[in-house]
Amino acid sequence: MEYVSPEGLRLDGRRPMEMRQIRAEIGVVAKADGSALFEMGNTKVIAAVYGPREVQNRSQQLNDSALVRCEYTMANFSTGDRMRKPKGDRRSTEISLVIRQTMEACIMTHLMPRSQIDIFVQVLQADGGTRSACINAASLALADAGIPMRDLVTSCSAGYLNSTPLLDLNYIEDSAGGADVTLGIMPKLDKVTLLQMDAKLSVETFENVMQLAIEGCKAVATYIREVLLENTKQLESRRGI
Amino acid sequence: MLQNKSFVKRTRGGKITKVVREHYLRHDIYCGAPICKVCDTSQARLSPTPSTILIFDTNVVLNQIDLLENPAIDDVVVLSIVLEEVKNRNLSVYNRVRALCSNSLRKFFVFSNEHHKDTYVTEMSGESKNDRNDRAIRVAAQWYQTHLAGSARILLITNDKENKRKAIEEGISAETVESYVRSLSRPDLLDLLVQPASEDVNMEEVEDLRPSKRKIIYTEHKPMSEITSGLHRGIYHQGKLRVNRYNPFEAYVGSESIGDEIIIYGRTNMNRAFDGDIVAVELLPQDQWHEEKSLALADEEDEEEDVHLVPGSADDAPRTTAQPPGSAGVTEPISSRPSGRVVGIIKRNWHSYCGSLEPMAMPAGSGGVAHALFASKDRRIPKIRIHTRQLENLLDKRIVVAVDSWDRLSRYPSGHYVRTIGQIGDRDTETEVVLIENDINTRPFSSQVLACLPPLPWSVSSEDLANSIRQDLRQLRVFSVDPPGCKDIDDALHCTSLPNGNYEVGVHIADVTNFVHSDTPLDDEASQRGTSVYLVERRIDMLPKPLTEDVCSLRADVERLAFSVIWEMTPEAEIISTMYTKSVIKSCAALSYIEAQARMDDSRLMDPLTTDLRNMNALAKIMRERRIQRGALTLASAEVKFQIDTETHDPLDIGMYQIREANQMVEEFMLAANVSVAEKILKHFPLCSLLRRHPTPTREMLEPLLRTAAAVGLNLDVSSSKALADSLDSAVADDPYFNKLIRILATRCMTQAVYFSSGDLSPPEYLHYGLAAPLYTHFTSPIRRYADVIVHRLLAASLGIQKLPTIFQDGNRLTSIADNLNYRHRNAQMASRASVELHTLIFFRKRPTDTEARIVRIRSNGFFVFVPKYGIEGPVYLTPRGDKGGGEWFVDEQQQKIRKMDGSMSYSVLQTVFIHLEIVEPQPNRPKLQLTLV
Repeated sequence: MEYVSPEGLRLDGRRPMEMRQIRAEIGVVAKADGSALFEMGNTKVIAAVYGPREVQNRSQQLNDSALVRCEYTMANFSTGDRMRKPKGDRRSTEISLVIRQTMEACIMTHLMPRSQIDIFVQVLQADGGTRSACINAASLALADAGIPMRDLVTSCSAGYLNSTPLLDLNYIEDSAGGADVTLGIMPKLDKVTLLQMDAKLSVETFENVMQLAIEGCKAVATYIREVLLENTKQLESRRGI
Repeated sequence: MLQNKSFVKRTRGGKITKVVREHYLRHDIYCGAPICKVCDTSQARLSPTPSTILIFDTNVVLNQIDLLENPAIDDVVVLSIVLEEVKNRNLSVYNRVRALCSNSLRKFFVFSNEHHKDTYVTEMSGESKNDRNDRAIRVAAQWYQTHLAGSARILLITNDKENKRKAIEEGISAETVESYVRSLSRPDLLDLLVQPASEDVNMEEVEDLRPSKRKIIYTEHKPMSEITSGLHRGIYHQGKLRVNRYNPFEAYVGSESIGDEIIIYGRTNMNRAFDGDIVAVELLPQDQWHEEKSLALADEEDEEEDVHLVPGSADDAPRTTAQPPGSAGVTEPISSRPSGRVVGIIKRNWHSYCGSLEPMAMPAGSGGVAHALFASKDRRIPKIRIHTRQLENLLDKRIVVAVDSWDRLSRYPSGHYVRTIGQIGDRDTETEVVLIENDINTRPFSSQVLACLPPLPWSVSSEDLANSIRQDLRQLRVFSVDPPGCKDIDDALHCTSLPNGNYEVGVHIADVTNFVHSDTPLDDEASQRGTSVYLVERRIDMLPKPLTEDVCSLRADVERLAFSVIWEMTPEAEIISTMYTKSVIKSCAALSYIEAQARMDDSRLMDPLTTDLRNMNALAKIMRERRIQRGALTLASAEVKFQIDTETHDPLDIGMYQIREANQMVEEFMLAANVSVAEKILKHFPLCSLLRRHPTPTREMLEPLLRTAAAVGLNLDVSSSKALADSLDSAVADDPYFNKLIRILATRCMTQAVYFSSGDLSPPEYLHYGLAAPLYTHFTSPIRRYADVIVHRLLAASLGIQKLPTIFQDGNRLTSIADNLNYRHRNAQMASRASVELHTLIFFRKRPTDTEARIVRIRSNGFFVFVPKYGIEGPVYLTPRGDKGGGEWFVDEQQQKIRKMDGSMSYSVLQTVFIHLEIVEPQPNRPKLQLTLV
C-alpha cells in the first residue's frame, strides 16, 4: 500500500515530517488537583492527577519517596466500534506501567515521602499515538497540580513506511505493520525517559526515525510550555497580581 | 502553515462503521506550470509554453490509457482524485499512469487537488460520490483556468455528457476524447481510441443483417452482491481461470472451497472469462460431468493441437484430463472430476495481446473504418474484434491489441489497436512477439542505471587487494568450464592436492555485489528483470553489458573479484571443512565443455591443469554417486542446440544437446556450493533467507507417467524420490533410448522448483525433491540471475563483511521479490522455448524431413509423438480431421494402444514410428509444423 504518494503527501495530506494539529487545555476536571485535555489530530485524551495525598494502602507506603500510581483506560466510545472492554486487559496494564515509569522519572518523588500521587488517563477518541498523547496529557496535569518535576516529559511517535520516516503516525499508518517508535524525552535535560519500538529497523534508519521523533517531542514541548505559560498568566490576573 | 480539518465519513462492507479521518488542506501545492508566477516552479513538469493543458476525467484515463501513452498526448495535469479512482478500479492502469507521471520525457503533472485548499470540495447532501468527484475535477479545472489566467488554454476531456455540459456552463472548455483526437488530425491515433459504448450500436446493426447471429450468446454475469452471497453459501466457487494451452475450449479453475480443480468445457460455459481472470463458478449437475471434449469442440470452429517443444516440466506440459477419450458405442463411466460454468467475473485479467488480423477482404465504403478480427498468438485468448482505419497496413503485420469489453450479444470481445510490431514471419518481429508475450523488458538500460557502473576500463585496484576481507588467490590455478562462446562466465574452479592427501577444492563465483549495491537504480533494474534471457540468437542481459561481459565475467588471464567457497575434501569426497571468502582470482584458462572433456580423455596430457580436471572429475563422480544414493533424480530433458549461420542468423542444424562428463563435473560442484551456501545463510538468517524448493509431486501429477509405464509393463515406485530414482534406474529395455524416454516423461510430471523466503514456510517444506537436498539455493550465477545476487548479500552479511540491506527486514518485500523472480524465471524459460520453436519452424521451412519418433500419448483419433532428434512433440492424426475417431480406430485405455477395428494395425505407447516433418500453412500467416506417418 502507498502511504506516501510520489508527490510527498501522506494519506491525510501531511508531509512526512509534519505532526498532526495539537491542542491542549488545562483544568478540565475541577475536582482533580490537576487535569488536562490533550489532542493530537483525532486522538483525544484526558488526564487527571490527585495528590500528593495520604497513601491509601499503608502496606505500599514508601518511606523515602512518593508512591506514583497510574491508570490508563480507553472509553468504550473511543474507537469506531463500541465495545465494552474489560478493565485491566494486557494492553492497558502495559500502557499504565509505561506511563507510570515515564512520569516517575521526572517527578521529584524524594520531596514527598510517605505520600501517593494518582494519575488517571482516559482515551476519549483514539486515532493512533494514544500512548504519546497520554504522556503529554499526564505531564500537563502534573504541572497543573503543582507537583515538583525535574522537567516536563513530552512524547511523540514516529514510524517508517514506504522507506520514509514519518512523524506522528495516525491509526491507518500505525496499523500498516511498519516500525513504530514511541519516544518520551525531557527536553531541557535532553534525556530520554521512554523508548519503545515494535518491528525491526536497521540501526541507521532507526537513528533517522528517532531523530525525527526527538524533533516531534521538542515541538510538543514548546507548545506545552506556551499553554502552561498562558495558564499561569491567567491565574496571575485572576489573583490580581 | 495553516492546516484545516475536515471529516470524511466512510462505511465499510459488512459491518457499517463510521470512519473519521483527518484531511489536511494545504497552501503549498503548486500548479506545475513553469510559466506560473505565484507557484514554486522547481517541481514543474509541464512544458514552458503550453498551448493547451489537458485534464482528463477518470473514465477517460481508465479506458483510453493506450492513447495517453502515445507521445502525441502531452502537457497533462493528472488530478489526484482521478488517480485515486483509477487505483481503486484498475491497478494496472494506475501503474501505467504512474509510470507516465514519473517519466521525465513526458509532461504529466500530478496535481493533488484533494489536498489543495482551493480545490477541495465537500460532498453535498444528496450528491453521489461520482458526482462529487466530477465536480472536484471541474473545480480543479476552473482553478487552473483562473490560476494561469489565460496564459494557457485548459481543456477538460470527458466522455460524460452531463459532466461536459456542466463544465461548459461553468465556463470551462471541455471536449470528448474523440473530438479532441480528431482535432489533432492524426488518423493513427483514432485507432487507439476505445470505442465508446454508444458506437456499439453501430456494430450490432451490422450483426442484425445476419439474424442467426443476433441471439444472446452468453448468459448474463451475476451481479457482484449475488456472487458474494453465493460464495458465502458455498454454491459458487472462486478461483483463477486457467485455459488449457493446448485446447482453448477447456479451462480449469483451482478452487480452494472444493479442494479440486473444476473443469470448464467450451466458451459458453467459460462465459466470456479470459485466462487469468478471477471467476465465480457454479458446479454443473453431476450427470453432465462427463461432457466430452469433442462435444466442446463441435460447436465452435475447429482448432487442433499444434506441434510444440517438449515440455520441460508439469508447468508447461499439456494438461491431461483423467477421463478416457470417447469411442462410439461404449458407455462412459461418469467422470469424478467436477465440471462447472462461470457465473461471474470477480476480477478481469485483461491486458494487451500480440497477434495478427484474420485475413479479410477490404470492405467497400463505411468511411474507411473496417471491422476486423484479431487472432492472438496466445491460443488461450479468443479472437478480438477491432475497428481500424488502416486495415491495408495491418493485414500482414503483427500487432498489439487491447481488450475493452465483451457483451453477451457478441461472440468475440471487442478491443482496439495499440501498435504495430512488424511484418509477420520476419524473424525479428516474431522474436519481438515472443518477448512481449512473456513480458520481458528489452529496453536499453537507462542513464541512471549506467551511472552506477564502475569507471571503465575497470581493473582490480590496489585497494581491492589491500582490503582485509578479500583473500588474494591469484596464485591458484583457477579455470572455468562453460559452453562454447560463453561471455558471461560467472563460475570458476580450482583443485589442489594438499600434503595430507586431501584436496582443496574451490568454487569461485563472480563478485557481482561488489558492483551492484542495494538500493541503487542498477539494483532495482536487475531485481525487476530478475534473470537474463537466452534466446536462440540473442541474449537479453539482466545487468548492463560491461558488467556482464567484462567486469564481472571471470575471463581467462585477467584479475577478477570473486566470492569463493573453498572446501577441504578427502579423496572420498567427504567435506572436512568449508570456508567462504571474498577473493581476487586470476583464471588461467576459460575452457569449453568440449575442450575440458578432450583434455581429460587424452591420456597423453599430463600438465597440471589436466591433472586438476581429472582429480575434480573423480571427486565429482563420487559426489554424484552419493547424491543419487540419497535419492536425487537424474531427470532428462530434450534440450536442443541450434547451429546458427553467423551471417543470416538462420538455423543451419539442430540436434540434441549433448551432456558430457565435464558438464556433470561442473554441475556437481555448483550444486555442492549452492547447498553449502544455503546451509550457511539459513543458519544466520532463519527468517529471511532466499532458498529454492522443489515440491514433492503428488501421486495425481505422476498419474500420466504411471499409466504409460504400466502399459509397457513397467512398475514404477513413486513413494519417495529415492524409490522413484531406483525404479527409473531399473527401467531398462533392449532399446537403448527407452530409459531416457521414461526419464523425460517423469520430468514433465514434476512442477518447477521455485524461490521462496525461508520465513514463509516451515523447514520440512524447504525440501528440493529433484536434488534430494533438504536445503538448496542459487549462488553460482549472479551475473544472470538476481536470486544469486540476493544470496551473495546474505552470505556476505553472514560473514560479517557487509551489512544486510534493509529489504531483508521486510518479510512482504522479500516474498514479493521471490514471486517476481519465479515469474521472471518462468517467463524467461517460456521465451527461450518459444524462440527455439520459432527457429525450428524456420529450420524446417526449407527442409521437409523424415525421421524417427516415439509415441508418447494416445488419443481417440491419433497419437502424440516425440521426436528425440529435434526435441519436439506433436500430434499425428490417423483419421482425417473433423472426423473424430469415427469408429475406424479403437483406443485401448488400459494398454495405451490404438487399434484399427479390423485388427490390421495397432500402435502402442512408446513405440517407434517414422514420420514426415513439413511446414504447412493452413491459414495464411500461421505456418505450422505438420507431422504425418510415413
